[in-house]
Amino acid sequence: MIDESKPIGGKILTKPFMFFSAIAAIAAILLIKRFIFGIGAVTNLSDGYPWGIWIAYDVVVGTGLTCGGYAISLIVYVLNKGEYHPLIRPAVMASLFGYTLAGVSIFFDVGRYWQAYNPVLPKYAQVNSVMLEVALCVMAYIAVLWIEFTPVFAEKWTDKFRIVSRPLNKVLFVFIALGVLLPTMHQSSLGTLMVIAGKKLSPLWQTAYIPLLFLISAITMAYAVVIFESLISAIALKREMETPMLSKLSLYMVGLTVVYLIVRLGDILLRGKLLLAFNGDFKGFMFIVENLLFILPFFLLSSPSKRNNPKMLFYAAISMLLAGGLYRFDTFLIGFDPGPGWQYFPAFSEIMITLGLISIEIVGYMIFVKKLPVLPAVRPA
Amino acid sequence: MSDLKDYPDIADGIEKKGISRRDFMKFCTGVAVTLGLPFGMGTQIAEAVLNPKRPPVIWLAAQACTGCTEALLRSNHPTLEHLILDLISLEYHETLNAGSGKQAEDWLRKTIKENKGKYILVVDGSIPVKDGGIYGKIGGKTMLSLCEDMSSQAAAVIAIGSCASWGGMPSADPNPTGATPVYQVLQNKGIKTPVINIPTCPPNPYNFLSTVLYYLTFKKLPELDDKLRPKFAFSRLIHDNCERRPHFDAGRFAVQFGDEGHRKGYCLYKLGCKGPETHNNCPTLLFNDVGSGAWPVGTGHPCFGCSEKGVGFTVPLHTPAKLKDITPPVNFPGIAEKRGKGVTVAAAAVVAGLAGAAIGAGVATSKKLDKKKTGSESKE
Repeated sequence: MIDESKPIGGKILTKPFMFFSAIAAIAAILLIKRFIFGIGAVTNLSDGYPWGIWIAYDVVVGTGLTCGGYAISLIVYVLNKGEYHPLIRPAVMASLFGYTLAGVSIFFDVGRYWQAYNPVLPKYAQVNSVMLEVALCVMAYIAVLWIEFTPVFAEKWTDKFRIVSRPLNKVLFVFIALGVLLPTMHQSSLGTLMVIAGKKLSPLWQTAYIPLLFLISAITMAYAVVIFESLISAIALKREMETPMLSKLSLYMVGLTVVYLIVRLGDILLRGKLLLAFNGDFKGFMFIVENLLFILPFFLLSSPSKRNNPKMLFYAAISMLLAGGLYRFDTFLIGFDPGPGWQYFPAFSEIMITLGLISIEIVGYMIFVKKLPVLPAVRPA
Repeated sequence: MSDLKDYPDIADGIEKKGISRRDFMKFCTGVAVTLGLPFGMGTQIAEAVLNPKRPPVIWLAAQACTGCTEALLRSNHPTLEHLILDLISLEYHETLNAGSGKQAEDWLRKTIKENKGKYILVVDGSIPVKDGGIYGKIGGKTMLSLCEDMSSQAAAVIAIGSCASWGGMPSADPNPTGATPVYQVLQNKGIKTPVINIPTCPPNPYNFLSTVLYYLTFKKLPELDDKLRPKFAFSRLIHDNCERRPHFDAGRFAVQFGDEGHRKGYCLYKLGCKGPETHNNCPTLLFNDVGSGAWPVGTGHPCFGCSEKGVGFTVPLHTPAKLKDITPPVNFPGIAEKRGKGVTVAAAAVVAGLAGAAIGAGVATSKKLDKKKTGSESKE
């Protein structure tokens, strides 16, 4: 360990904690309704729109937002930049929550949830299926994340974890490697899911490069989230700001976005579909907004002074988060047209359940950082 | 590849009966396909059929209605059917014998003696065993003793029809004659000759012919299931290959004979069709070569499970079948599904509220960041 991590302590039952717990409780009640009366009782899903925000947000955007554990591991372990190590634990924790809740959300979303374990049974495996790859990868990655995060518990409860922590430390590198491999596989496969939607997906988004675009934008979103989260916790938990590190991280984010935009715009130009964006319909508008959000961070972070300004970093991070999120929403829902007559807008209870899951994430974050050694120990400012 | 010319006698015979070489090969290939064998096996079957040294067949009739024989005679290629009867060298068959009485019985004894251990014994009908088997006699001997004697010296025994396979109609309650299936008679006596059951009432003649030709060609019995039925014919559920199956899956049933559903050809499950628990190839092979629909369910009558032990002749005709895998759903999907719902006031309010809160929080945070930055700068 280069830096020591420590629980920050403090009261658990704060006002924000109560607020988010209340939303989670509402979601829990609505989920009872879902499990008694079925998916139709709480969602607006239909045969034409078999997935809605539970997939588009909770799974696709959610795992993109929370693949910080992956993106920071890439820098720290693959590019061997140890200086970013303090960011690892909070990032892995965000991934832990994001992926676990994405898995839980799939459990709510599939009709036959009692068969949810079937993908892990080899006799049911259809090895050419993208869905199988995503399912297995995400399941495996959730397990890997919990193992990667085990040292945090082991530090807190040394006695109880004594038996596992020594052997675990010896093999942890395997799980860290898996933690880099698995998201590379499924973040791109999440995009492949929409490649197979064929002509149902608007040409503004339908391309063979969706997997690559999903992978790159997941990493840029992850850096944005790390910046965002670091700034927010600096304010909310009254901690020292990590601006120099974040400003360097923002360069990775912007650099990858350049690659993203070259592929994205180059592809659409070569396919000759760019003009569709300007024919005045909603999809075209969303395409423009989405790509402007990708471009905006350039201007916000164009000089070293701007990159060292927390406010600019904050705006750039938000812009990048919205860009990546919107790209995923556009690909999975807005650009998706199952045929004439079909429509979808999430139902009230559907939104509330998603908000409930987000609330659980926030509440979990509050408990974990206060009770477990996640955030770097505060050095005298 | 064998040629009809290699067997001049038979080849002449076939041609005299108006069967071209092409038709003959087509028939043999058809048999191969019925058996689930590769096309090329048709050639091997043709060779076996043309081989003049073919094992003799002895047909023993016990307690039955002779329907099995009738069905065999009425297969729609009479010439081919005769051809096969010639070719399998039928030595003894009470319905088809040219001779009768002592003449026939003498021939039977002579054949058994000459072909000991080589002939195929076909039995149609169940064997009465009650009171020493006195309820059925041929030439002064009980069917029981005939069956025991003849099967112990045979190469294989084919129990044709539901009676010979499970006891069938004569064994229905109260079973006054103690009608017993052939395999049971052999088992009781400890006779080890292999038995093949070809149930169905009456059996499709092609299932029988295919079994015999398989034996002639490969000199062994076809693969059998746990009830000794050849798998090529009896491994599939009728229900799974039934042309009315879509009606079952969609929940459209005939409830009474002659009701609207019955006239429209809906599923007969509720009339007691035993298709869901009966293994047979009737829906795909059909009967009498007259084209589609020529099988019980196709004509509007529920299957009564003749080829399944403990179903036909045992379970009442209109008792609903036991479903082996899929049960009909309680609810059925609507014809016109709802095409989704648009935005509602509550959902719009939540989304707008969220957007507002997010913008508010964003602005507030950025102000705090400014403050914090200036604060930390002034500290330095």
